[in-house]
Amino acid sequence: MFTDFFYLLRKKGVPVAVTEWISFIEALYNGYFQSSLNHLYYIGRAFLVKSEAFYDMFDEAFQEYFGGIKTDPVDLDKVLEWLENPVHKLPKMSPEEMAEFQQKLEEFKKEHDMEELMKQFRERLKEQKERHDGGGKWIGTGGTSPFGAYGYHPGGIRVGGESWMQSASKVAEERRFKNYRNDIILDVRQTKMALKKLRELKREGSEEELDIDQTIEKTAKEGGEIELVFNKSRENSVRLILLMDTGGSMWPYSELCERLFSAATQMEHFKEFKYYFFHNCIYQDVYEDISNYKRVPTEKLFSNFHSGYKVVFVGDARMAYSELFDVNGIIDYYSTNDKPGLEWLMKIKQHFPHSVWLNPTHKNYWGHYTVDTISKVFPMFELTLDGLKDAVKSLISRPKPMGQIQS
Amino acid sequence: MATTTQGYQGSDNYIASKPLMEIVNVSVALGKPLVIKGEPGTGKTLLAHSIAGALNKKLIIWNIKSTTKAKDGLYVYDTVQRLNDARFKDKDISDIRQYIKLGRLGQAFTSDEQLILLIDEIDKADVEFPNDLLNELDEMSFHIPELDEEVRAKHRPVVIITSNSEKELPDAFLRRCIFHYIEFPDQEMMERIVKVHYPDIENKLMREAIKKFYWIREVEGLRKKPSTSELIDWIKVLALGGISIDKISSEIPFLGALLKTEQDTGRFVRLSNAQGGGGFRKRF
Repeated sequence: MFTDFFYLLRKKGVPVAVTEWISFIEALYNGYFQSSLNHLYYIGRAFLVKSEAFYDMFDEAFQEYFGGIKTDPVDLDKVLEWLENPVHKLPKMSPEEMAEFQQKLEEFKKEHDMEELMKQFRERLKEQKERHDGGGKWIGTGGTSPFGAYGYHPGGIRVGGESWMQSASKVAEERRFKNYRNDIILDVRQTKMALKKLRELKREGSEEELDIDQTIEKTAKEGGEIELVFNKSRENSVRLILLMDTGGSMWPYSELCERLFSAATQMEHFKEFKYYFFHNCIYQDVYEDISNYKRVPTEKLFSNFHSGYKVVFVGDARMAYSELFDVNGIIDYYSTNDKPGLEWLMKIKQHFPHSVWLNPTHKNYWGHYTVDTISKVFPMFELTLDGLKDAVKSLISRPKPMGQIQS
Repeated sequence: MATTTQGYQGSDNYIASKPLMEIVNVSVALGKPLVIKGEPGTGKTLLAHSIAGALNKKLIIWNIKSTTKAKDGLYVYDTVQRLNDARFKDKDISDIRQYIKLGRLGQAFTSDEQLILLIDEIDKADVEFPNDLLNELDEMSFHIPELDEEVRAKHRPVVIITSNSEKELPDAFLRRCIFHYIEFPDQEMMERIVKVHYPDIENKLMREAIKKFYWIREVEGLRKKPSTSELIDWIKVLALGGISIDKISSEIPFLGALLKTEQDTGRFVRLSNAQGGGGFRKRF
């Protein structure tokens, strides 16, 4: 039964495993979906999709697969019922009542033109919405969902929120979960999550953890005289230096970079965290504070920080040829550089082997000679959540040597 | 057979969306753990309380901390106590059983009735933590080597797991669970939630406050968006302060209850002034 849907989900990038698909099919056969598209959408999603990051892809697949089913019988009933019953009650119906309702419905349909009815419905809905905003009754949801988002449950129990009466394909069509996709956005919290993986646990600090094995061994050696042994607790020993490009071409990405920056500064996760700025490329100085041009000699980084520090560059790596390869190629009119930028970058890589470059531009635009050259010095990753994760992975694994550079 | 129209249907003090209710019922029926994710303040933890109340079952809460180990949930063998007792020789220490203390999971397994087990904020623990529980949650049993005994669940507990997505949960673990992401409530839903907290609140005041709340949430670049609990607090302050509705619509009194950091307040004021909001400067 719809195995195509399984492959479609996988094609769209939802990592559905076979075991999940089987549980889903089992649930389907056991009648948990009550042959309703709504159930299929919500409960199916609960079985098949295990992160909100994939909800949007699920929506896409669902829309493609089930989108053709425009008339959802469940919804149509409710629409008509709503028309009959403006107070918006949804009483539970017995079969007799249902039959009566069906009959009424038929009569109703005979008397009214369906198209006219839908038009009326939309108008009434519009009216309702205005009334709601004006502070009257609250019927129908404001905003996007055309069929109203909730109904009362007979037991006086509250139901609501995620649009149930709205057809599932409509929900899928709205694609409300677009913003949760990993490959698009990068918010501060997610960035923190990704950066959290950047850790190397070492025992440091005061001794406060009881080491049971050692205690037993020592005690046994002492012939039963208890000897408690304490250990230092484990702490993250990662020391991080962030070097951020504030050059003109970085302007469009300033907010993105700001998010990364605030995530890193807010975290208190690292043993040590330092940050410096630069314009386009690094030469003999970096800036501690870009607003008042407070400089720090780049050499100082080498003398102050040992090679265990991890270095993360953030920049588009896009600059004029001369800025990277030439003496005095520096973009700042009043400055000179006696060593080309590339030489400085290579020096940094040699001193800090654990270093990566995060590029806020899309990979498709990396085909530029300076980007290409720099990506040979530092492993380069996109500044997206996925890219950041890969960068973190690269930082904690054994560093890669530099590639061959031709100039 | 599925009887999804019965079973869990929300409770008086908790508003569950229809899809969520159905998902809870399916997970109870299938005996699969339910993983709930969502922004802070979307009622993840409360859900378990509500289910316990609605199904009239006892709730056991296992609060996860960064130091929690999977084994802590099964049982703890208090070796230090035994060592201590051995030293003073005033107790019979030959029975290890008295030093084995069951953890939350162990308690849920050995209970004579079916329980609701809430594993709260599972993402706080080590990345490997959920994987260490795979077998226990799958088989609903574990082995105590010290006693050479098998603890098997008399009644499969209903397992609700919440996560704030601080860490991602391992795939192998998620594959065995049912997953639901609670969306941030929309305005209508929020009205109901507020009503649950303050049944007597004036409708107009509540609506105006909620409108403003959503407006603030939409301001770009806030470090921490105000969540439901902040709104609830804010409305309380507004009501206690006797703030008039006009005032709420023209300025934002007690903004501090909604935005908790200086940067956010600054950013908000800057942006709202830039948008010609004019009136916000007066009072914070």
